[in-house]
Amino acid sequence: MAEKRIYKHPILSVEPREKIEFKWKRKTLKALKGEMISSALIANGIHIFSKHPKDGAEQGIFCANGQCAQCLVMADGKPVKACMVPIKPGMHIEPVIGIPELPKVDKGPKAEKIETIETPVLIIGGGPAGLSAAIQIGKHRVKTIVIDDKHKVGGKLVLQTHRFFGAKETVHAGTRGIDIAKILEKEARQQDCIEIWLNSSALAVFSDHKVGILKEDQYKLVKPEVLLVAAGAREKSLVFKGNTLPGVYGAGAFQTLVNRDLVKASDRLFIVGGGNVGLIAGYHALQADMDVVGLVEALPRCGGYEVHENKLSRMGVPIYTSHTIISANGKNRVESVTVAEIDKNFKPIKGTEKSFACDTVLIAVGLDPVDEFYHKAKDFGMKVFYAGDAEEIAEASAAMFSGKIKGQEAAHALGIDAGKIPGSWKRTATILKSPPGKSRKKEIPEEEEGVFPILHCDQEIPCDPCATVCPLNLIYVNPLDIRKQPEFLGHFVSANCTGCERCVVICPGLAITLVDYRKDKEWPFVTIPYEFLKERIKPGDEVVVLDKEGNRLGKVKVTKVRDIPRNNRTILVKVKAPHKYAKCIAGIQVQKPEISIALEKSISRIDDDTIICRCERVEAGEIRELIRKGYRDLNEIKAVTRAGMGACGAKTCTPLIYKLFKEEGVPLEEITPNVQRPIFMEVPLGTFAGLKESTDE
Amino acid sequence: MSRKNYYDVIIIGAGSVGVPAALAMARRDVKVLVIDKFPSQGQGSNKTAIGGIRATHSDPAKIRICKRTLEIVSTWEKKYGHNIDWKKGGYVFVAYRKKEEKILKDLLKIQHKYGLNIDWYGKNDLLEIIPDLNSEGLIGGTFSPDDGHCSTILAGHAYYDAAKKAGCEFHFNERAEEIEVRNGGISSVKTDKNTYTTDVVLNAAGAWAKSVGKMVGIDIPVNPDSHEGGITEQVAEFLGPMVVDLRPAPGSESFYYFQLESGQIAFCITPDPRIWGFDRNETSIFLPMVSTRLVGLMPRLSNLRVRRTWRGLYPMTPDGSPLVGWAKKAKGFLLAAGMCGQGFMLGPGLGELLARMVTEDKLNPDDEEVLEVLSPYREFKGGEALK
Repeated sequence: MAEKRIYKHPILSVEPREKIEFKWKRKTLKALKGEMISSALIANGIHIFSKHPKDGAEQGIFCANGQCAQCLVMADGKPVKACMVPIKPGMHIEPVIGIPELPKVDKGPKAEKIETIETPVLIIGGGPAGLSAAIQIGKHRVKTIVIDDKHKVGGKLVLQTHRFFGAKETVHAGTRGIDIAKILEKEARQQDCIEIWLNSSALAVFSDHKVGILKEDQYKLVKPEVLLVAAGAREKSLVFKGNTLPGVYGAGAFQTLVNRDLVKASDRLFIVGGGNVGLIAGYHALQADMDVVGLVEALPRCGGYEVHENKLSRMGVPIYTSHTIISANGKNRVESVTVAEIDKNFKPIKGTEKSFACDTVLIAVGLDPVDEFYHKAKDFGMKVFYAGDAEEIAEASAAMFSGKIKGQEAAHALGIDAGKIPGSWKRTATILKSPPGKSRKKEIPEEEEGVFPILHCDQEIPCDPCATVCPLNLIYVNPLDIRKQPEFLGHFVSANCTGCERCVVICPGLAITLVDYRKDKEWPFVTIPYEFLKERIKPGDEVVVLDKEGNRLGKVKVTKVRDIPRNNRTILVKVKAPHKYAKCIAGIQVQKPEISIALEKSISRIDDDTIICRCERVEAGEIRELIRKGYRDLNEIKAVTRAGMGACGAKTCTPLIYKLFKEEGVPLEEITPNVQRPIFMEVPLGTFAGLKESTDE
Repeated sequence: MSRKNYYDVIIIGAGSVGVPAALAMARRDVKVLVIDKFPSQGQGSNKTAIGGIRATHSDPAKIRICKRTLEIVSTWEKKYGHNIDWKKGGYVFVAYRKKEEKILKDLLKIQHKYGLNIDWYGKNDLLEIIPDLNSEGLIGGTFSPDDGHCSTILAGHAYYDAAKKAGCEFHFNERAEEIEVRNGGISSVKTDKNTYTTDVVLNAAGAWAKSVGKMVGIDIPVNPDSHEGGITEQVAEFLGPMVVDLRPAPGSESFYYFQLESGQIAFCITPDPRIWGFDRNETSIFLPMVSTRLVGLMPRLSNLRVRRTWRGLYPMTPDGSPLVGWAKKAKGFLLAAGMCGQGFMLGPGLGELLARMVTEDKLNPDDEEVLEVLSPYREFKGGEALK
């Protein structure tokens, strides 16, 4: 079988990598050097990694982020999380069937004392917030250690192929996430007081003010004067039948597989959740040449940016608002999904069920802060701050700015006279983290001469790149509040747009087109931004053009395809279109409507496998029954059902149990939360004992 | 005249001792109310115990009580239906030095006197029982095959469920504040929510027993120190008995571990010096300390992954033995405190003894002997227990 990989990508560069061989159940397969075991398996079409010891349920990738333990496999006889361990040549990978055998060792290994490292500042997380905080603290020449659990810094920025919203001046808006990551890393690495530890996971914050860290495979204790938690977020899960079938996973996991590891993880996927994460994941899937069958959003409108939503609609992906997922179907992995319309009380309306064939269901129903370390440190009386998603879920642009502010506050806490935090910083922070605001449909200008941009951007979101690039300052965004919609001033002032196309290129929402009547008033040229493979479009092609919301306008001819380095992989496609709808054109259809057709009959899943605790496979019904019996202490529910006792440390099930309480009408104040205990992820005893190398090598 | 909110017995503390005692009393038709300040059963020290149960102690009191506990837990599932992960895996105390060899062999004489099934095993015999023990320097050890272990949280909840079914009432999130003594005897218990009348209060408040004693004006010499414990991932069965290593090491006294029926290894260590107080927050010292000792004693454990750690309280008495008996000063105030970290293994057997104390006029000689050993008024090295 051909490996399921992405060989060409419109944005990401696909570097040639050395091939290595490994064994899966004694069969020799090929992997790419340096990739994680999970990616090697999925690239080989293997989605079922193991079987759960409790009920034999198939287990596969879920978070791809080291947070859960669904991807457990045996690698050379040792149980490991497939998403966190790089594959090695000749490695034997086996599924875990039942409870694994503990490998034997020959000789008592030599243990070394665990050292404690003292540092003024420790930052957990090298994403947008953590790096920005480090850079800010670095300006005061304070020694800072930044730890990140991945093999490179940048956090989720490294997965983002799209240009970012926000303010160009302060947080690199208009630049692609992957490129912002590089800029931040470079800035951080230029300051020699910043030390970056890669492949380093925080395991616990202890009451003696030390932080336990697994650095590569060594255990370290770090005692910081100030701790800054910028550990980001984890994806929320959802309760529905078949919710743990291999093929159901988080949108973040998907982005990791596709955009980091360049694995073609799916052929046909369906998305649950219309926030920015879900909308962007759909866009990323299309860029990686996968079919996106549809997207459901429970609310009457998507929670993400309208430009993201429109972008996806224009590509040809149907978005079903006021819909929810009923079940993921399939024998031992996802084969289809069933969705239904919901009423005002979010209850599915009988008879509206629809099923779609797909191999993957992406769950993108929001994020929860990874703030456990912050709260522990605070309880223990440490000087601690949090920034970015760990503090409050928002866009990466907001995370960068909150990192900067918290970095400054951390410097203050160390007694450095860093000056007062300007009021304007706080205002910028507030603006950047604002959710999308009012939507106001802009009128299409009546003018039909010269050349000018059309801003297909109707919603108040914090974003200003278009206004910053116009050489004639013809696009205006209120500089005091960049949430206000951009206006093209060209129709009111004497200066004339020259058609330089810079606004078309930089718009993160791909929401600006340029209409040019100068050569032909009846058949003007329209310039449309395009972020797909160049090979897919060439002059002379006939393409279907769509309006802002994705309604078909007609077929037009491509006259020019421009891909120049300055535009940084945003291709500009010029079409010749009839004047009656030229100004309405907002995009080119990339996915055919047939892909989104529902199955003739809807499928109802019979198995009652609605799982709350994935690690211990505890069903919703079991917990609901306890709640109805009067159980209110999560510790007691855990004792009775084992929900929350598994490898992930109750990270996934806790919010789901709270949701069940809510559904049962139990007020929050009646519930006793789980006691949070170390450690954050499972680590071998030998590592804590300070063994210098694995004992079996 | 009927008294308002009357209970035959009010138990303060729904933990390792209070819950089995409530069950044993209810089975003798005693009307019982259990009050606990925590939101559910076993949230004090019960859930932080790792679950070992042995009768192989060195005094007749603990031997008799734990023998009965072993009978109760080993037949629990048959009798009550709850799976509590009981495993008769035995206990092994290892000796790598002459010192521990002597301690263990001296203990054997007493243990044999009480008819306990425990013997000395030489190095090779011991390695047959636990093949993964570090053989370097191993002299031998004792093995007591009738001892075992079960899950503290499953067992705790099973006792609670059975007690409720037997008619006990449990009030959680309720704190006892005052105990009224009238004419020298208990008359009522006032909590932050209500007042109940009763003639008997059982102080089963574990680490918090001292503050309950104060309510009737007696000073109970129970002070908690803390120990940290942990649990690993599940692996296939490779270890039968609880393993105890009495040797001291820098920062610790003894440590012990076993494999649960469900496959995890649970482990615990005794810190040196002891850490006194109620602080249950985790420290950075524990994991490296216990891991070094575990891996040293059993190298195979080095690849086993730790899942969770916690810190729990050992309600200690001056001589390391529990305090069980009626208070002299306040009639009807029954003490079952200071279990010194063995509340889980003592609880069920002790609960039945407490039930007999509450319901029987004359106890049998064995019980009398037990109560003499555990008397709160016994001579400690430092003087009287209750002043």
